[in-house]
Amino acid sequence: MADPHELYTFLLRVGDDNLILAQRLGELVSWMPELEEDIAVANVALDHLGQARNVLTYAARMAGPDASEDTLAMERSEREFLNAVLVEQPNGDFGQTMARQLFVDAYQVPFYEALATSSDDTVAGIAAKAVKEARYHLARSSNWVVVLGDGTDESHQRMQAGIDAMWRYTADLFFTDETEEALQQAGILPSFDNIRGTFDDTVSSVLARGLLALPEDPYQRIGGRTGFHTEHLGHLLPDMQALHRANAGASW
Amino acid sequence: MTRTEVDPQARFDEIIEAGEKVEPRDWMPEAYRKTMIRQIAQHAHSEVIGQQPEGNWITRAPSLARKAILIAKVQDEAGHGLYLYSAAETLGVSRHELNEMLHSGRQKYSSIFNYPTLSWADIGAIGWLVDGAAITNQVMLTRTSYGPYSRAMIRICKEESFHQRQGYEIMLALVNGTEQQKAIAQDAFERWWWPSLAMFGPPDDQSTHTEQSQAWGIKLETNDELRQKFVDMTVPQADYLGLTVPDPELRYDEDSGHYHFGEIDWDDFWQVVKGNGPCNRERIAHKTKAWDDGAWVREAALAHAAKQANNSKGAEK
Ligand SMILES: [Fe+2]
Ligand SMILES: [Fe+2]
Repeated sequence: MADPHELYTFLLRVGDDNLILAQRLGELVSWMPELEEDIAVANVALDHLGQARNVLTYAARMAGPDASEDTLAMERSEREFLNAVLVEQPNGDFGQTMARQLFVDAYQVPFYEALATSSDDTVAGIAAKAVKEARYHLARSSNWVVVLGDGTDESHQRMQAGIDAMWRYTADLFFTDETEEALQQAGILPSFDNIRGTFDDTVSSVLARGLLALPEDPYQRIGGRTGFHTEHLGHLLPDMQALHRANAGASW
Repeated sequence: MTRTEVDPQARFDEIIEAGEKVEPRDWMPEAYRKTMIRQIAQHAHSEVIGQQPEGNWITRAPSLARKAILIAKVQDEAGHGLYLYSAAETLGVSRHELNEMLHSGRQKYSSIFNYPTLSWADIGAIGWLVDGAAITNQVMLTRTSYGPYSRAMIRICKEESFHQRQGYEIMLALVNGTEQQKAIAQDAFERWWWPSLAMFGPPDDQSTHTEQSQAWGIKLETNDELRQKFVDMTVPQADYLGLTVPDPELRYDEDSGHYHFGEIDWDDFWQVVKGNGPCNRERIAHKTKAWDDGAWVREAALAHAAKQANNSKGAEK
C-alpha cells in the first residue's frame, strides 16, 4: 500500500506544472501578435489552470481539513513547489514561448494518456479530460514551431534560439523518484516508460518539419520536482500570491 | 419598376423608415458608411484596449476560481473585438487599417480604459459598472440599422451580462469580507462611478453625432436617456452592496420615478478624451509594442503560407 503522502507529492508535481505554466501564459494575454493569438493563449492558459485546479483540489483532500486548491496555490513557498523548471521559464519572445509550449505538450500528451489508465478513478478521470486538451495544444504549438522555423530568416533564427534556450529544461519533465516508484508498485500509477520515447519522436518530427534542430549542448538542469528551482520562480510566486497572503482567511 | 431601378437613396430611406436592416450589399450614403466604420471601429478598439486594465490582474487574482473567470472574461473581450472588426470589414476597411488608425490616434477607443486598475476591487467595479454601462448602450445597438453590427451586438450582449454579474459578485464578496476588503470596494466604486456615467458620452445638447445617428437608426436612444437608465438600474444595486454613491446630489425623485444625479465633470472627461487621462499613453504604448513585437511572427506566417501555396502549385504541374 502506498503512503497517501506519495500520491500527494505526485499530484503536486502534476498540478504545479499546470499552475505555473498557466501563470506564465496569463502574462501574455493582450501581448500577442494577433487578436486570434490573444484568444488562443487565453484558451491554453485556461486549460492548464483547469487541470491545475482539478489536481490540486484532489491533492488538498490529503492535506488536512483546511487545505484547498487556493491554500496549495497561494500559501506554499518556492521550495514547496514541485513543477518542472521548464514551465517557470520566462515567456521570452513568441518563439521561446512556443518552444516551451511544444516541449510541454509533447510531454503531456503521452503522460496523460498513460495517467488515464491509473487505477485511481479520480486521477484517471482528470487525465482523460486533460489529454484531449493536450492534443489540441500540441497541434497548435507544433504548427507554430513549423511556421516560424520555415517562415523567414528572422523567424527561423528566433525559433531556433527558443528551442536552444528551452531544451535544457526538458529532462526535468521526466524526473521521477521513489514517489512514482512506490505508486507504481502499489498499482496506482501506470508505467511511464514509453513517455520519453513518444516525446522524442514528436519533437524530432516537428523540428524536422520546421527545418530546426536540437542544440548540441547536452546540459540539462533538473531539480524542480524536488523543489530546487531556477531563480525565476521566486519572482513569479510573490506576484501570484501577494493579495491572497495579505488577507489571511478572506473569501473572494 | 424592378428593385434594381429604384433610386438607391429612396431604397435606403425605405429600409431605415421600415426599421429593417441595412446589409453590406445594399447601397448606403457615404456619410452613413463612414459613421458606421467610425463607430464600429471605436467599439472594436475599446474591446481590445479593454483587455489591458483587466489583464493587469490576471497574474494577481486572489483565488484560482477568480483567476479563471478573469482570464475567460478578458478572452471574451478579445473575441468581441474580433466580431466587431469583422462587422467593420463588411464596410470595406481591413482590420489592419483600423489597427493603424488606432495606433496613430486617428481613431479612438472608449475613454473609460484610460483609468488604472489599482486594486482587486477595480476588477469587480469594472465588470459591474463598465460592463453594465456597456450593456445599457449595447442592448440599444442590437436594434441598430446596420445588420452586421446589430447581429454582433446580440452575440456580445449575452456575454456582457455574464461579465456584469461576475463583477457584481466580486463586489458582493468584498463587501461581505474584512474591513480592508470593504474599504477597497468603496474606493474602487468611487473611482469608477463618474467615469462610468461619462461613458454614455456628452449631454444631448452638446453631442455632435446624436441627431444624424438617430435619423439613420444607428442610435435609438440619446446619451442622456441611456445614462439615466444606467443610474436607475445601478443605484439600487449599490444600495444593496452597502456602497456609498460619491454624489451628494443623488436622490430618488418620486414624481419622475428616476434618480436625480449631480453634474459630471465634463472638463475632466474631455481632458481624458484628448489624451490627458491617467493611462492614455500606457494603453497605446502597450498596444503598439505588442503589435510591433509581433511583426516578425505575422511576416513568418505570410511567408510560410506563400511557400505552401507555391509548393502545392508545383505539385499540381
Ligand atoms: Fe466586451
Ligand atoms: Fe465585457
